[in-house]
Amino acid sequence: MLPLSHVLALSVTLFVIGAAGFVFRKNIITVFMCIELMLNAVNLAFIGFSRYLGNLDGQLFAFFVIVVAAAEAAVGLAIIIALYRNRDSLNIEDLDSMKL
Amino acid sequence: MATFSDTGLLLLITLIKIAVVVFVMLTAIAYLTWLERKVVAHIQSRWGPYLVGYSGLMQPVADGLKFILKEDIVPLEVDTIVYWLAPFLALTLAFLSIAVIPFGESFTIHGRTISFQITDLNVGLLFVFAVTSLGVYSVALAGWSSNSKYPLLGGLRSSAQMISYELSLGLAVVGVLMMAGTLSLRGIVDSQSGFWHIAGVNTFLPHWNIFVQPVGFLVYFTAAIADTNRVPFDLPEGESELVGGYHTEYSSMKFAMFFMSEYANMITVSCLATILFFGGWHGPVFGPYVLRVLLPVFWFCFKLFCFLFFYIWMRGTLPRFRYDQLMAFGWKFLLPLGLLNVLATSFVVAWISSP
Amino acid sequence: MPVRIETNLVPLFYIFGALAVVAALSVVAQRMPVHSALSLIVVLCSLAVVYLLLGAEFIAVIQVIVYAGAIMVLFVFVIMLLNAGRETPSHRSRMARWLGAPLVAAFLLEVLLAIWKQFPAGASHPAAAVDAGPAAIGHLLFRNYVLPFEVTSILILVAILGAAVLAKKEF
Repeated sequence: MLPLSHVLALSVTLFVIGAAGFVFRKNIITVFMCIELMLNAVNLAFIGFSRYLGNLDGQLFAFFVIVVAAAEAAVGLAIIIALYRNRDSLNIEDLDSMKL
Repeated sequence: MATFSDTGLLLLITLIKIAVVVFVMLTAIAYLTWLERKVVAHIQSRWGPYLVGYSGLMQPVADGLKFILKEDIVPLEVDTIVYWLAPFLALTLAFLSIAVIPFGESFTIHGRTISFQITDLNVGLLFVFAVTSLGVYSVALAGWSSNSKYPLLGGLRSSAQMISYELSLGLAVVGVLMMAGTLSLRGIVDSQSGFWHIAGVNTFLPHWNIFVQPVGFLVYFTAAIADTNRVPFDLPEGESELVGGYHTEYSSMKFAMFFMSEYANMITVSCLATILFFGGWHGPVFGPYVLRVLLPVFWFCFKLFCFLFFYIWMRGTLPRFRYDQLMAFGWKFLLPLGLLNVLATSFVVAWISSP
Repeated sequence: MPVRIETNLVPLFYIFGALAVVAALSVVAQRMPVHSALSLIVVLCSLAVVYLLLGAEFIAVIQVIVYAGAIMVLFVFVIMLLNAGRETPSHRSRMARWLGAPLVAAFLLEVLLAIWKQFPAGASHPAAAVDAGPAAIGHLLFRNYVLPFEVTSILILVAILGAAVLAKKEF
């Protein structure tokens, strides 16, 4: 048998790794990829709960998360391209023109 | 023979099936290159290879030896991991999709039923599309890791073309799915057995999907040719005759892997076309039990051969599209046509099945 | 004949879970964005296998087709077009880096402890296996969840328009 706590432990580990990468990395595309990692960890939690409650709604929600992540990735990468064209840098520390 | 547990026997049979399929695929790819060279040559009023073996039949063996023994040139400053990963990925993915393709009916030996299919997933068709989607990476990564302008642009163009035509590929199949009601490939073939009956009268047309989904078939086959980067959609590859494609900086065995993966993709796509639209292994079956088991496999291979011959025939005949014409064709013509096909099929299916 | 997942294939969960964790660490730790993208693809594919083991066969294949096969292709294209190279070292304080890793580890341990307390290993049994094939998901999607389905189609249309406008060269 596969206990639910093991599935959730994997989900939380991936989420914390993604969150750590989101905070520590400087390249904006890598930061975006850590966001996708966090979304996947949440998907895993949804599917784990769907299995243990015998309910398909969790899988439906994971499906919508995947679709919304696709839309978000498209728009986010377009923003990154526009940003690169204006700033010529992919480092988030260079996006500080609103600093005092 | 020692007594195996049930799982052990299943594992052994599956391993044997995998070995047979991989061996047959490798031989088929090798002799597909021979067939292509001969057919294209005869279309162009010349002989193909004829020196090595009778009518050039040992030419693939000679080519294989050449590839193995050639010097392996690796440019400096390539991204080593990605550079070596790309051809292996291409070949692995090309062979992975054969795992769900059914070649014939099942037969019984000693009370065990063995089917001519490595595994029958109930999302088998989606599995093939998943593997095709991952195949885009091998091209893009090959182009990028070569650290050179022309492979990068060739790789990006080729992968953009592949992902554009994958959409139409998926849409073309939806009509077939609505009629078969299942994503399992064996289920789709089973839904095409028998003959078409109109108002109770038996026309002697086989119950194949080509007769009710002609537009779907055309969209599917066109998108498949574009997805496998074959003529007339092979500008990213034809550039290699001029300047460079994504496999410029690859030599000997790695280039051979790209080459093999292209032919393996051709075979996979033709297998799918037979299964989805031409009834898979259905054909006249007669005779003793051994013949009844082997004849469906023969019919499947015969239909597969017809598709591959058609691919090669087109290579010898058609000029290639320019890149912007190619992309416009995929997005502005094929995709709307696929959508219209889905719309029309769904109306007809709903009308027929309504009480 | 389908093999019952609980019997022989549970060790596969641990194997692919470990692979996912190692690949996730690689996403965060690699210097070049292309290597991070490749590691993220490995994470997505191993998570797809885990979904299969949890009985979500349709979602597993959709994850590979959409997430690993389309979204990550978009990422890889953008990385290649913008020619993203190695990351330059940070200008920020070193103390943040030395303090950060232990804090992350402490946070992870705390949440794992909370899960272990809340869902003890012996007490949870999976409910009866529900058929999660495409037909069942389609039934739910087009009956109970038809409104989110239609709204996501509008969402995707808006995303296409937004991405096309944002990435244009000149206005």
